[in-house]
Amino acid sequence: MEKKKKIEIRDLSVLYGGEEALRHVNLDILEREIMSVIGPANSGKTSLLRTLNRLNDRVSNAKVRGEILIDGQSVYKKILPDVLRRRMGMIFALPIPLPLSIYDNIAYGPRVHGIHQKSVLDRKVEESLQEAFLWDEVKDRLNLPAMKLSGGQQQRLCIARALAVEPEIILYDEPCSGLDPLSTAKVEETMVRLKSRYTQILVTNNTKQAARVGERTAFFLMGELVEVDATDKIFTVPTDKRTEDYVSGRFG
Amino acid sequence: MIRISAKWTERIAFFFLLVSTLIIIIPVILITVMIIQKGLPAMNLEFLTESPRLGMRAGGIFPAILGTVYLVLGTMVFALPIGILAAIYLSEYARDNWLTRAIDLAIVNLAGVPSVVYGLFGLGLFVIFLNFGTSILAGSLTLAIMSLPVIITASREALGTVPQSFREVSLALGATRWQTIRRVVLPNALPGIMTGTVLALSRAAGETAPILFTVAAFYLPKLPQSVFDQCMALPYHLYVIATQVPKIKPHVQYGTALVLIVMVLVMNLSAILIRAHFRKKKHW
Repeated sequence: MEKKKKIEIRDLSVLYGGEEALRHVNLDILEREIMSVIGPANSGKTSLLRTLNRLNDRVSNAKVRGEILIDGQSVYKKILPDVLRRRMGMIFALPIPLPLSIYDNIAYGPRVHGIHQKSVLDRKVEESLQEAFLWDEVKDRLNLPAMKLSGGQQQRLCIARALAVEPEIILYDEPCSGLDPLSTAKVEETMVRLKSRYTQILVTNNTKQAARVGERTAFFLMGELVEVDATDKIFTVPTDKRTEDYVSGRFG
Repeated sequence: MIRISAKWTERIAFFFLLVSTLIIIIPVILITVMIIQKGLPAMNLEFLTESPRLGMRAGGIFPAILGTVYLVLGTMVFALPIGILAAIYLSEYARDNWLTRAIDLAIVNLAGVPSVVYGLFGLGLFVIFLNFGTSILAGSLTLAIMSLPVIITASREALGTVPQSFREVSLALGATRWQTIRRVVLPNALPGIMTGTVLALSRAAGETAPILFTVAAFYLPKLPQSVFDQCMALPYHLYVIATQVPKIKPHVQYGTALVLIVMVLVMNLSAILIRAHFRKKKHW
């Protein structure tokens, strides 16, 4: 069965000042797939995510050309940034708990969106933590400052916090770059288990991680999308010479 | 050429650094000791709670204390909201363009304007043009304008210490910019904002020049009844009894100075306590 297109990126270019971070990118992301995005530093991977959820709006000299559609709707013309970001959770490179308790971190999103009823919040906190496979580890100490958790737990807390606002898409910006292998494995496991419900885009420096988690993989180089294909193909028989050099570790 | 060994350069450097630091402390200690020593004999209930008598030579300084409290409160009412809101706008909303840069420059320059010039400005704008007369209102507004640059600068610094990543996390969860400011940025910046504000207000409490033409009275037989009344104030009262009243006992002057210094110190101390309290609670 052909999967539906969730995100369509059409001829997208992003400029900071005069410098091009992305050049004429065309890429479709399918509903409920994990799309790995790999490439060396400065290849535009993070810019892609920050353009998708419009965090780039904060950068005063950022310019976006081209079109991004979510379910056929233009992200830059038809959707308000806060509504857009509610549909599109983001996990940052370093786990960034807010200086609040575990509970208040998870409840932050729902509260911002107007949910204040204790019983509803309680349920959301539990559901989200369970979805991120953190519930069993923290259920007895929800009032602990989130900063007291270990790095891996913090990152799963961030995932739970993103899930609590019920997004459709989750963007990961090198989510394991600060984590040890064991925590990394747990975060990856979480991503795979979330596959049945969410469309996920995983930007990573770690090609092995892309291979483990992603169904399809896109390879970016100097702001250009070099190649996108099924992960197996990218890592075994890539079409482009540059992709092969990168995945085999010849540069990057 | 004589080469001095590393051990000796270390000792010499330490010596000069220590001496410089001690030189800073000496005037502080001298001022405090002198004022306490000479002012303490004036301290009694009458001095703190009654009006001056016999041309300031006897009685108390209560109207001046009350006047200074009014002026500090008035300054706070005007300067605090405007200062904090302007700081939020400049830090969180303003784009880096010529207007923002012009405002930045204006604030820096405003901070450098001598206080007597603020006094004249207050006289021209509030007392005469807006017809508030010499009044608590005019004086508070003048002091508020003088305090604004400091409050804005301190608040912007406090807002700047809140990590950008907190804002991005909040925005990424679908919060609007204002929700982000209200729920994440402000709570974490508030201790810094409060500290800076209290320090600015304590400066305002001690200023003489800005209130000279706008509010301060030489002597008032009764306490102010409304914001359109004049009032006495500690710094101006001190100036008056130090220069305009012959044959006054020095302990009255030093007593007044002591009260003023204690008020300012209490405010500064509370700022320090606020900061210390929140620093303990901060987990990042």
